[in-house]
Amino acid sequence: MAAVGTVPARENAGKGAISIRNVTKIYDPEGVNVLAVDDCSLEIAAGEVCMIVGPSGCGKTTLLSAIAGFHSITFGEIYLDGELLCGPGKPLADQGADRVVVFQNGALFPWMSLADNVAYGPTVQGRLNKTQAREKALDMLAEAGLADVGDKFPGEVSSGMARRAEIVRALINDPKVLLLDEPYRAMDALTKSIMHEALLEMYDRTKVTIFFITHDLEESIFLGDRVVVMTTRPCRTKKIVEVNIPRPRDYHILSSEEFRLLVDEANEAVHEEAIKAFEAGERELA
Amino acid sequence: MSEPVAGQPQPGVTPVQGPPAGLGMFLYKARKNLTGSTPYLMMGGIGLWLLTWWLLCEVFSVPRFEKMPGPVAVLSELFSVEPFLGISVFTQEYYQHIYLSCRRIFFAFMIATGLGVPLGLFMGWSKTVRDYAFPILETVRPIPILAWVPLAILMFAGFEAPVIYLATLASFFVTTLNTLLGVDSIDESYFRAAGCLGAKRRHIFWHVVVPGSMPFIFTGLQISIGVAWFSLVAAEMVSGDGGLGYLIVDAYMNNVTVPMVIGMITLGFVGWITSALVRLVGNRLMQWRVRALALEGR
Amino acid sequence: MATTAPNVYNQRTVVRRTRWQKFLANKKLWRGVTAILCTLVLWEIGSRWDEWFGFRLPFIGFIPPPSDVMVAWLEVLPKIGYWQSWYLSFKRVLAGFLSAMLLGIPFGLALAVNRYFRDIFFPPFEVLRPIPPLAWVPASLIFWPTNEMSIAFVTFLGAFFTIVINVLGGARSIDISYLRAAQSMGATQLDMFWRIVLPGTLPSIFTGAAVGMGITWEVVLAAEMISGGGTQAGGGLGFFIWNSYMGGSLEQIVVGMISIGIAGYLSSSAIRYLGTVCMPWRRLF
Repeated sequence: MAAVGTVPARENAGKGAISIRNVTKIYDPEGVNVLAVDDCSLEIAAGEVCMIVGPSGCGKTTLLSAIAGFHSITFGEIYLDGELLCGPGKPLADQGADRVVVFQNGALFPWMSLADNVAYGPTVQGRLNKTQAREKALDMLAEAGLADVGDKFPGEVSSGMARRAEIVRALINDPKVLLLDEPYRAMDALTKSIMHEALLEMYDRTKVTIFFITHDLEESIFLGDRVVVMTTRPCRTKKIVEVNIPRPRDYHILSSEEFRLLVDEANEAVHEEAIKAFEAGERELA
Repeated sequence: MSEPVAGQPQPGVTPVQGPPAGLGMFLYKARKNLTGSTPYLMMGGIGLWLLTWWLLCEVFSVPRFEKMPGPVAVLSELFSVEPFLGISVFTQEYYQHIYLSCRRIFFAFMIATGLGVPLGLFMGWSKTVRDYAFPILETVRPIPILAWVPLAILMFAGFEAPVIYLATLASFFVTTLNTLLGVDSIDESYFRAAGCLGAKRRHIFWHVVVPGSMPFIFTGLQISIGVAWFSLVAAEMVSGDGGLGYLIVDAYMNNVTVPMVIGMITLGFVGWITSALVRLVGNRLMQWRVRALALEGR
Repeated sequence: MATTAPNVYNQRTVVRRTRWQKFLANKKLWRGVTAILCTLVLWEIGSRWDEWFGFRLPFIGFIPPPSDVMVAWLEVLPKIGYWQSWYLSFKRVLAGFLSAMLLGIPFGLALAVNRYFRDIFFPPFEVLRPIPPLAWVPASLIFWPTNEMSIAFVTFLGAFFTIVINVLGGARSIDISYLRAAQSMGATQLDMFWRIVLPGTLPSIFTGAAVGMGITWEVVLAAEMISGGGTQAGGGLGFFIWNSYMGGSLEQIVVGMISIGIAGYLSSSAIRYLGTVCMPWRRLF
């Protein structure tokens, strides 16, 4: 782990403000229009950890896909640091390494070793040559506690290690925004808590803007600066909970009174939406 | 790799050993397997089958079965130095037939793979290519390969080209479709991950599409070589000049059954070897997959 | 908060189109049609090159042009002999295919369910499997008293191996937790077989059947061509092709090929349809 106080020079430090304005997304499968996101607006400051909470299939991932440039939006616009990502006339944002996604089920390329995976971004962008990229990748892996497994394939390491390597693969590109789509969904609670601490440690080091989708309320309050509760489909912002617990945080705050009150506050809103989603009984959108 | 853990070796306590590897692992597995009933039952199964064949054809000469050569007749002919009917492992003619068939399979397989894999990859990678090429493929594909025989004979001069053409055609369709299926099977998130790491379209082709579809490509190649043999035999039977299919049909024409059965057995054996070779190459190229599967105990 | 610009795009007018309009507006459809039309035109030009420009192109020059094929087809369509060939080939395919299903499914299931049965019978099966079905043709011609029976036998073999392998693979890939769940609810061995193993294997059975159907058509065709078709067995689409070849009618060869293509396509569509009927739980969307 990096020594406290060493702040690596980050070119994109202090960048990554996202502005989502009146975004609407209508899916059109088989001639049936499905309103996934409805007139959703959200401002995320640079360097903020913004947690998006909502019932499964509510359209959170659609929002993330729009920012990352996987899906087009139907109406509204999204800005990154004041520059238009997508909006009228340009419904689909360009994909780029300034907004790197960590996927729900993990998307480390199973055919590359962990080190090659991490080195992939810089190599393919032409920023570093192969040897340099590999060196840097190994360094960063070691920093994340993955010094010995650089030459293993993702299929050979635990899911926790793979997930950590995936975050390293995102960070090596010095992104403005890190987009995480329920990254710890399939993990057991013990592994999860370790992953949380690693993520917090990483955030304290880099102060990168984080857009984190989850449906685990405690996770969102433990990690986030703000927790945005979304309504069930169509997706709108329902409630924003400010988390003013000072950083650096560790797991002791989980048992604090302050933490419990925040969970209670958010829980009410989330529970209401969860019931609505359950009763609607729609199949989740991919 | 299997270095014992270095500690304080205590008397009377065997040091902890790492998992056996290589030959050790093989021997361990072999020993473990031999203690079960499976290998003996398997040998029993083969024995039972040979025995039934022998009894039916040679001992009791059951009506209709009597026309077929029994295992003793076939094996004694196959391994005799001076075969009565001209075909045994000691005659040059036998290897001549195998060589001819294998050479045709080799060419057919190479051409089909060389055309089919790139076409399948491009079809999976680019929607435009797929939209144009797929309907044509699907229109031609339902026509059985054997229906091409007369046209093949007319289109290509000589004996060799039509046979190779038919085997190529058969394996081409299988290879192309499996490759396409392979590209389709790649999880969307790999494309997205590559995209947001800054990969351009051509990078995605080389770093995601090609390696990601490898498992399906090799499954396809194994099927494809089987199909190639299938069509090759038919083609050799109808129009061939030499080769194992020809050996079978020639024996039939001359009313000798033993070389016919020898041809069938040889075909099965050679076909099995070729598909094992394809599997071997596949495993060497896909270490990432082999190792992950090994950890799952498969 | 940034100032929100007046959003003219926020009118939410979404154009709805009917299914038919959507179908016609589908780029994929038009590209497919274009591709096939272009192929036909190129084929026509390639075949007629000799006529028009005085020298023959390699390969394609030997194939009759599609317009001639169409004419030849229209000629045979009203003839009873042509439909007789369809009927005979279909009969053979069906006989071989059904017997392969009837024997192959129980055999595959038995291999999957009982370990001892698998240990004994799987090795000989694996020894015989790599032999291409057509290599059996001469042997079966000698063995069976009539041509018809030998064709049926080879057809059966072709489909049998594929079906057994698919059934075995499918039955063994059933999630063990289904079986445990059934057991915990007090299901007997027989119950588990009928309610879990069999439905769990159905998808693989249909996959195997579809592949087997393709092989069956190949084999029937080859058997019809190799056995000469004429004397004893007679007829069939394979014989139709072979006969046209012997008679030097190139157009009819292609007519035969297309007919078999259609026949094969119809058979596999029938299997696919049957699959959706038998497995309603697979129809998610």
